[in-house]
Amino acid sequence: MIRAAALLIFLGSWAVVAHGNRALEAVPASLLPTPGEVATVFAALAGDGSLARDLLVSSRRIAEGFVLAALAAGALGVVVALSAPVRLMLQPVIEFVRPIPPLAFLPMFLVWFGLGETSKVAFIAYTTFFPMFVGMAASLMRVDVALLRAAASLGATRRDLLWRVVLPSAIPGIVTALRLGFGLAIFVIVGAEFMGADAGMGNLIMEGRTFFNPAQIVMGALLLGVLGSLVHALLVAIERRALRWRGAA
Amino acid sequence: MIAPGGRIQIENVEKSFGANGHAMPALMDATLEIQGGEFICLLGPSGCGKSTLLNIVAGFIPPTRGRVLVDGRPVTGPGRERGVVFQEYALFPWLTVAENVEFGPRLAGRPPAERRELVARYVGMVGLSEHRGKFPNQLSGGMRQRVAIARALANTPSIVLMDEPFGALDAQTREVMQDELARIQRLELKTIIFVTHSIREAVYLGDRVVVMTRSPGRFKEVFSIKLPQARDRFAPEFTHYESEITRVLKDEVGAAHA
Amino acid sequence: MSNPTIGDRGRASALSTISDLMQWGLRGAPPPARRALGLRMGAVLAFVALWSGAAGAVSLLKLFNPIFLAGPWLVFGTLLQVARDGQLWGHIAATLERVVLGFSLGALLAIGLGLLAGASRVLDRVVEPVVELLRPIPPLAVLPLFIVWGGIGEASKIAFITYVTFFPTFLATVHAVRGVEPVLVRAAESLGARRGQLFVRVVLPAALPEILTGIRVSVALAFFVIVIAEFVGAERGLGYLINDGRNFFLVPQMLGAAVVLGLLGSAASFLVSLVERRWLRWERPSTS
Repeated sequence: MIRAAALLIFLGSWAVVAHGNRALEAVPASLLPTPGEVATVFAALAGDGSLARDLLVSSRRIAEGFVLAALAAGALGVVVALSAPVRLMLQPVIEFVRPIPPLAFLPMFLVWFGLGETSKVAFIAYTTFFPMFVGMAASLMRVDVALLRAAASLGATRRDLLWRVVLPSAIPGIVTALRLGFGLAIFVIVGAEFMGADAGMGNLIMEGRTFFNPAQIVMGALLLGVLGSLVHALLVAIERRALRWRGAA
Repeated sequence: MIAPGGRIQIENVEKSFGANGHAMPALMDATLEIQGGEFICLLGPSGCGKSTLLNIVAGFIPPTRGRVLVDGRPVTGPGRERGVVFQEYALFPWLTVAENVEFGPRLAGRPPAERRELVARYVGMVGLSEHRGKFPNQLSGGMRQRVAIARALANTPSIVLMDEPFGALDAQTREVMQDELARIQRLELKTIIFVTHSIREAVYLGDRVVVMTRSPGRFKEVFSIKLPQARDRFAPEFTHYESEITRVLKDEVGAAHA
Repeated sequence: MSNPTIGDRGRASALSTISDLMQWGLRGAPPPARRALGLRMGAVLAFVALWSGAAGAVSLLKLFNPIFLAGPWLVFGTLLQVARDGQLWGHIAATLERVVLGFSLGALLAIGLGLLAGASRVLDRVVEPVVELLRPIPPLAVLPLFIVWGGIGEASKIAFITYVTFFPTFLATVHAVRGVEPVLVRAAESLGARRGQLFVRVVLPAALPEILTGIRVSVALAFFVIVIAEFVGAERGLGYLINDGRNFFLVPQMLGAAVVLGLLGSAASFLVSLVERRWLRWERPSTS
């Protein structure tokens, strides 16, 4: 309730500021779009289908990159969790590459894969891989020794321990890692589509700058915000439902 | 149907932790023979190695010296004939009460009908039948511990190892659980090694009470508790055992805090 | 009654045995310090060797144009060269300048506003909806707006970094101030503390750990996004170096600048953790 009211207040103040600005001519009118203008842009782009197309393209890239990264992170995570030598060997590599902001590699991906879909998907995959991999490996390794002991004293073999104790106990952490990875993909896709793209939300927003149409930028940003929080809420709900047994823990 | 529990021989067991050179024995010269169906309590001050000994018998850690035999065969790792009840319960949080209890039989490949029967029997035995569908985080501490006991028993081990299982419970719940355990033991006749801090608890439950010294832990004295099955905590004989053991233990505890 | 199970025998010893699992879980036995060091160094060497090998193989076997994969020596050499002839420092300085200025501004605003909003319900009611509205918007989506407003000069970049750093620290500060345990406040009150003293001597110190965590996130975020701010319309900076390399496929330059950026980011995080360790000594139980 308060939120709705606050939203209205925000919209109201925005309108006041923007329209007031027009009246006072404090700042060039084009720099400060009114809510009305933003809505107009939205309607226009939604109407001719280009908005839908851009959303679809971005979503496709996110989905494909994310799934690739998730699978790789899971596979490598399991290997690293189970094998100490592999872990020790990979650790310096990971610690070397991890601090480098993924966006720093974006131009490299463009060089390697050209300007097409592949570079975007590969970039999303690369960006989301590390945090998910680290998160999954950590969840697997965090398994409580007491649980392992309990299962062993109930007759578990090494294979039982892996499938019936390690994996189930790691699932909450894995799900969280996936959720965070997905959030990161959404965060980064916009930036990835600023350069060398001809479609997608990032491109849409960048066009707003190229063609000096701030209303388009604002529209794109707000839309992404709304969609992003919806997706986030959905993911959190799924996580909660799947992990009913966690309770307060 | 009820066969007496397994026989345990602890022979000169010693355990040191720490890297080569800085070995500090936590446990030394532990030798004891336990008959089938006996209830043994390990009692001692903190750090006396009683949990360590239990973990060695359970097969979780190897002894530095000596060995443990179960029914004549040496222990080299954990096994289903030695069930364990942990102080921190160690219930699988993603499984319900019933699923936790049937975990062992499931691993052993018992058919579903048999598993259902085992679950019903042991969940009932600990009085949690109405809660069989709940998850551990929905249960109180006492209830969780009961599930842990049911889970260990449902796997039909011949030996049950319990590491301060009632340590985290409040005083009232604790006494109720002691009664429960005594009642179950009369039904099941397992060999039990029970680690505790509480003299009262040891005298109430044990056939024999082993008092250990402070670190490095050794067996100081072994008391045979010659009391009837159903024990009265306020009987003079009971109190007599309590004071005897307290006297022996006090030296150790006092010295430990010196 | 079979004796204990050791599980799948005959498997590679690279996997933990039951005995290891029972004692240490999946982390495995702690390897003796020397061996661990040796393994790590070996791993680093192996990594460099692998990288060199891959780059070498590419050029020898002509798998693809060797420009695309520069070996570690080439990258390192390029970096040294750029460092020696002085260019590198200018770029590093440009990037750092933007990050430091933007971060300082953002953090000050965030903490200032956060403290006020945390303390005053009224102010919070006003500020919160705005923040909640802006928060889900990916900051990168707003970058072009800053450019439209501020042109492609320094101002828009710094403003952007300010915007980005603001949110994590602000939210952490508000949460921290709200989350101060009431019992602490009551204890201070019963010792005679007045409003102002309460805030400075109880709320602030109690909130500090979480605020510093927010700062750490903000720092990481600042380094995360500075690159892209420097792709779009910049003449100097590490991001500029990287994007510039695209024109002539100067992969060593691109990789080198990326590595330097990573080092800077790590250094910054390390600094924050030093501050945390110094100021939050009271949080850690001392071992004695």
